[in-house]
Amino acid sequence: MTERELKKKPTTTERAEPVAEDVPAPSAKGEKLKAELDDLLDEIDEVLEDNAEEFVRNYVQKGGE
Amino acid sequence: MAIEKVCGIETEYGIQVVGGDPNPIAGSSVLINAYAHEVVHRRTAWDFDDESPGNDARGEAQPGAMPPAIETHLVNSVLTNGARYYVDHAHPEFSTPECLDALECVRYDRAGEEILRRSVEAADRLTHDGRRFSVYKNNSDGKGNSYGCHENYLVARSVPFDRIVTSVTPHFVTRQIYAGAGKVGAETAAFDGQRVDYQISQRAEFFEERVGLETTLKRPIVNTRDEPHADPSRYRRLHVIVGDSNLCEVATFLKVGTTALVLSMIEDDATGPRPLDFADPVRAMHAVSQDLTLRRALRMADGSTATALDVQWHLYELARKYAMDHGTASVGGADVGTLILDRWGGVLEALEADPMSLAGQLDWVAKLHLLEGYRARHDLAWQDRRLAAMDLQYHDLRPARSLFSRLGTERLVSDEEVARAVETPPRGTRAWFRGACLARWPDAVVTANWDSLVFDLGQDPLRRVPMMDPLRGTADHVEELLQKSSTPADLLSRLSQ
Repeated sequence: MTERELKKKPTTTERAEPVAEDVPAPSAKGEKLKAELDDLLDEIDEVLEDNAEEFVRNYVQKGGE
Repeated sequence: MAIEKVCGIETEYGIQVVGGDPNPIAGSSVLINAYAHEVVHRRTAWDFDDESPGNDARGEAQPGAMPPAIETHLVNSVLTNGARYYVDHAHPEFSTPECLDALECVRYDRAGEEILRRSVEAADRLTHDGRRFSVYKNNSDGKGNSYGCHENYLVARSVPFDRIVTSVTPHFVTRQIYAGAGKVGAETAAFDGQRVDYQISQRAEFFEERVGLETTLKRPIVNTRDEPHADPSRYRRLHVIVGDSNLCEVATFLKVGTTALVLSMIEDDATGPRPLDFADPVRAMHAVSQDLTLRRALRMADGSTATALDVQWHLYELARKYAMDHGTASVGGADVGTLILDRWGGVLEALEADPMSLAGQLDWVAKLHLLEGYRARHDLAWQDRRLAAMDLQYHDLRPARSLFSRLGTERLVSDEEVARAVETPPRGTRAWFRGACLARWPDAVVTANWDSLVFDLGQDPLRRVPMMDPLRGTADHVEELLQKSSTPADLLSRLSQ
């Protein structure tokens, strides 16, 4: 396989590690998502299990498949 | 031409029983019995005659391989929508009926969730010993125990299995970038002790082999179970075990749609002269799950490197060309085929530009978006148990507890379509015959399985109707016949004419 065969937009294939400028400015869509999330976060504690520690500890499943 | 990629999803749900006997097998049985007796008032049993999960697609039993055990004593039922609803190991499991395309698969996968929700409500109502039930559409308990969400695709027997293994592996390693359900932390030795705060896939870290028969230990990326539930001389059923359970409809649609397209390409030998090949697919799969930036370079067998996005772009471009050259009849026709390609290209572009913009479409992003918001508001470290609890609760199906349902992610199917899919079978596969017979003559159909129905006509012997072709027994084939038949005996005599 060669780079050319991969046939895609300008990429960051050479960079193994993420760098800060990879994160673009939040889009309008992102802003809307954030506003909706704020509303949810205002009321989420009503919905969350009372004792997170105990809930997580007690959630034990048998392997399946 | 590739044959129709008849497909289906089997989901094992996590189950919690509090306030009484916590046994998950007993609890799962209660759920299914409650649904069968309280909601649909009957139950047709599953017939195990044709089950052979120990058969290996590579032709012979592999040394040391452990075929899964079939547990015939556990509760099992068949529904009028053609689905199977049963207890598998210690989980309630819902297998969708055979669907003709990815969008239909989404409808029936959602119907499965609805059936589980109704089961929980019925079980809470019916049990008077204080037990309360909850089910989770996820794949692990965070403590190293995993349960599956398997997909199945119809593939022509003439395709060499080796070619499937080679060509589909890069897709299975990388499709998690849109099909992953997201998970807080890690629970296996896959990451060599490195700290993992959040990863893309629930399941990826449980995979240890490239190819094999097992599903519960040493899990392989390509599963070789050769149990076609159809005419074995013409068909193979590719049993896919790498997937996460998805709640986002876009994620389920893409998971199934892209895989059906890739398998069609493999069948028509259109994956290019040199298919991509990872140097170490298992490690690559773990690395992809761990890398939220999607930028990590992965080593390929030829010494080059590629990111998961590179590999997905490559497969996408091949698929686009394939669709132009061969059409999309095998994945549901022009509308569904176009939708798969549009969505596939769209999410890859968005993943490249700003993954968080997909919080309304993909599970791993939706969950991360929620957790990051909560973390920022309360200034929490990733190790805070409240985040692990929210991870589990994202998948809770109960309306009062579900976090997913509060996120308002994009829908591809309507509530009305889902409600219909709870009751009625897909029209374009043999599931139609199974479901329609069960709905019409519930007392005469004594058992059913994927490839046959057994009728009791009130006289000996019982009559078995084989359904060895998943593409026959459709509404087009038999709806009129069924309408004309006044009794099951009448139907059987018309069928044998």
